Amino acid sequence: MEKIPILRMGEFLLVTIQVDMHDRLAMGLQEDLTQMISDTEARGVLIDISSLEIVDSFIGRMLGNIAAMSRVLDAQTVVVGMQPAVAITLVELGLSLAGVRTALNVDAGMDLLRSAVKGSSDQYGASLN
Amino acid sequence: MALLSTENLPIKAEIDVVAVRRRVRELATKLGFTLVDQTKIVTAASELARNTMIYGGGGSMQAETLNGPRTGLRLIFKDNGPGIPDIELALRDGFTTGSGLGLGLGGTRRLVNEFEISSRIGAGTTVTITRWK
Ligand SMILES: Nc1ncnc2c1ncn2[C@@H]1O[C@H](COP(=O)(O)OP(=O)(O)O)[C@@H](O)[C@H]1O
Ligand SMILES: [Mg+2]
Repeated sequence: MEKIPILRMGEFLLVTIQVDMHDRLAMGLQEDLTQMISDTEARGVLIDISSLEIVDSFIGRMLGNIAAMSRVLDAQTVVVGMQPAVAITLVELGLSLAGVRTALNVDAGMDLLRSAVKGSSDQYGASLN
Repeated sequence: MALLSTENLPIKAEIDVVAVRRRVRELATKLGFTLVDQTKIVTAASELARNTMIYGGGGSMQAETLNGPRTGLRLIFKDNGPGIPDIELALRDGFTTGSGLGLGLGGTRRLVNEFEISSRIGAGTTVTITRWK
């Protein structure tokens, strides 16, 4: 079966979506990522959508679900690289992507992940005291 | 209004939704749409094609390229499914009878210049959208 590859980089998982996904492929990614976060105890997920030419409500829902599920598993999700035309269209479609963190590019996304993960472990440490 | 070309694409499976997106992109590009306008019409087509497949039980998309006096792309999504009992309700943001976000119809209407929907219970649904260049 066709799959979107998930790369492991230390405590983070990296996904680069490079194809126009049919819906089942998107659902598969959601399931695979959840499984992988749990298996590897990853602290963050970075999803690069710079190759995506559109984000419709189905992909939007998938991104929201991934963010929500990773939160439950104590990992942060950042979506990076959304094309400007996609962003404009998304707003008109009415997709808010509430709960999904975004960054302009992979570098900025990695910075955001690192500080978010650091922030959440500081918080955890503080609550133990 | 002059019809430049017309063609029909089946929408029976998920992979057909991908083919619809690809073809609409090609046509919009050929007509000289800006990148933003291409993105809008492709996104709208993706929403309607998925509805045709999931709720309409499959159907088709007819694509018409238009010119004179205006250049535009018209897409007609047709199915012989169960129909929509309350169109106004279905158009409302957040309304879904499935597991979607309920943004497909309402969002599509915002993404195009012309939007028409007709539906009959037990007979099917037709949604026609047009985006002008
Ligand atoms: N072709 C169709 N045939 C029958 N019902 C439809 C069709 N398209 C849309 N609907 C109905 O309208 C509702 C709203 O559609 P939409 O705005 O695309 O949201 P979603 O796809 O997330 O449910 C659907 O849940 C469904 O009940
Ligand atoms: Mg829909």
